[in-house]
Amino acid sequence: MITAGVDVGAKFAKVVILKDGQILARAKALVGFDVLKSASDVFETALKDAGLSRGDIQRVVATGMGRNAVLQKPPINADEVVSEVVADAAGAYQVVPTVKTVIDVGAEEGRGIKVEGGKVKDFVINERCAAGAGTFVEAMARALEVKVEDMGPFSLKSTNTIPMNAQCCVFAESEVVSLIHSKISKEDIAKAIHDAIAGRISSMVLRVGVEKDVVLIGGCALNPGFLPPLEKELHTSIIVLEFPEFVSALGAAVIAANPSR
Amino acid sequence: MTTIEMKEYPTEPLKCWEQAKNLRKNYYEDYLHAHEKGGLRWAGGAWSFSAIPAGLGEDVYCITGEPYGATVAFFKDFASKCHDATEAAGFPRTLCAYMRNYWGSILLDKYILTDGTVVDGYPAPDFIWQDHICCSHGKWYQLVKWLEKKRGKEVPMHCIDVSVGYPSDFSPEEDYKVNYIVEQLNDGINWLEKVTGRKYNDALLCDAVWNEMKATSLWAEVCALNQAIPAPLDEKSMYSLYVMGTLMKHRPECVAFYETLREEVKDRVKRGIAAVSTERFRVITDTQPPWGFLKIFREMEKYGAVSVGSLYTFGLIGMWQYQPDGTWTPKLMPPKKPQTRDEALQSIVRWTLHKPEWAHFYEPELKTKMMESIVKQWKVNAVLLHYNRGCEGLSVHIAENRHGLMQAGIPVFPFEGNMGDERDFDLAGTMARLNAFFESMGLKKLKE
Repeated sequence: MITAGVDVGAKFAKVVILKDGQILARAKALVGFDVLKSASDVFETALKDAGLSRGDIQRVVATGMGRNAVLQKPPINADEVVSEVVADAAGAYQVVPTVKTVIDVGAEEGRGIKVEGGKVKDFVINERCAAGAGTFVEAMARALEVKVEDMGPFSLKSTNTIPMNAQCCVFAESEVVSLIHSKISKEDIAKAIHDAIAGRISSMVLRVGVEKDVVLIGGCALNPGFLPPLEKELHTSIIVLEFPEFVSALGAAVIAANPSR
Repeated sequence: MTTIEMKEYPTEPLKCWEQAKNLRKNYYEDYLHAHEKGGLRWAGGAWSFSAIPAGLGEDVYCITGEPYGATVAFFKDFASKCHDATEAAGFPRTLCAYMRNYWGSILLDKYILTDGTVVDGYPAPDFIWQDHICCSHGKWYQLVKWLEKKRGKEVPMHCIDVSVGYPSDFSPEEDYKVNYIVEQLNDGINWLEKVTGRKYNDALLCDAVWNEMKATSLWAEVCALNQAIPAPLDEKSMYSLYVMGTLMKHRPECVAFYETLREEVKDRVKRGIAAVSTERFRVITDTQPPWGFLKIFREMEKYGAVSVGSLYTFGLIGMWQYQPDGTWTPKLMPPKKPQTRDEALQSIVRWTLHKPEWAHFYEPELKTKMMESIVKQWKVNAVLLHYNRGCEGLSVHIAENRHGLMQAGIPVFPFEGNMGDERDFDLAGTMARLNAFFESMGLKKLKE
């Protein structure tokens, strides 16, 4: 059975095409103002990479904050939508069957999910502040005048600990500016930023409890500076998958393959 | 994923709905026009011993603060003006939202009726009769008195200290706790005579006390009927019904209404009439809901989920007791009506201190136990906990309740909000999380 999972996130749309549990293709691109068009373009790319057409896909399940934009809308014509929480659990379980805790940090939201057998037992979502999401790192990178992809490597060069307010993205930016004026090195500030976001995410995840195996997914998992402070805060080792930003789309594709779940 | 049985139940509107609407409408209008009829107006909390001022005569009308604050909250434009007024007067937005709505209404000098009509001139009370159940209730009417004084009216105030703990049952050696409150009520009756110039009527007091006990027992009976599958009532509708007990629990109209309601709900159970025709998943909530966003209950219905009540809806007004076999049942009425002032005061204090909602303030474990009893007896699948920023009193320990329920294996969905201040509620975010929760429970939307 060939299925597709479409994750229409806050920043990127991701598509995974699955055949009998094996990934045939994955694709991603930025989401523009026209959400349906952005997602459709990515979908077409994935189809092309897999050498398939829409007619070859038996079921499509969409997830992500923009999922309703593609529900039964051509050319994707998603058959069903599921929440990110359910898709995350299914996707992480597909890759790591021993997973008990999923931490998903995307552009817009952070989530902690307690999983058992691929099913959600409990979950928590960062409710009110960008300081627990990838947007925070982006905003701070702008304040530091550093490329966002350099933030992680920068932070790993620092061995100093500088406390920083992680409660508000806007005020944290003011704090970064103050640190710059205090002649604190960019490396130290970058580490402080990652420590702060890790602190915020860990305090949220602890509300559902942390049990191994712990899997980190979402775009922020690509940031090497984020993992060490998060492992330190949670006192556990964390598995980062090869394509962490596609796990939600993978989960949607897995769910599409099991319509009577 | 759970297999869902797609059964549809018959449903029909409540016949006594109009009666409920009219009772509530008349209540606020009676208070407004009390002076035109030569009557008295008093203000105080819904938890106050409202049967006591009833001894001053049949023409004494009250306005209870929390329901008025909730009414304001329902009309978001007016609520917003009230918030602006209180914040401009220097009060922080972290205070009790009902209290701020109430103060805002006075500061604006406007009074809102149940249909949203805003009347110029806030009707000042002739006296304040309050009890101190939480830190906000302790200060609420001190500020009302101060605000009214600034408007040129001296409003006398009497407050009862009720901080004697929550009893599982009063043993004889705990009589001093009851007597502590009875003595304050006795002092209060003398004070009422003094500030109103009226002679106190003990027969009216005994009637009011008996009415209150009947009304609060009847409401518990109504709630107990919701154990039936399908549930004859959904919580969103129950909000419009329990409110009578927060407005006029000592009044004969309240007793009569709850008797009518009980018979109608009994009939619905007998005929299998559902509140939600697609019921297949039962939840309870906790604390006051975000009044401006009751549409979250409609979102639940899209999954076939019905909220069958809450400890708040059942126990704010309803009186309950544990039976020897561990079941939680409506509290039985005493065998006979009180005949004297002392009997009446002793009865109402012992009765009122059994209010389950007292448990919030003293023992989180006891509240968790009560919620577990509701989950078991009302056949509930999950609990939705409102982390209500608008009420410190009823939200205190709520995270401990969450842990307790989860340890008991009960799925819990916490969401943040505010009963009376819409600025603290994220509708889109809450809906998204609610959808995720129901999906994680194995439910699919039945309709959009």
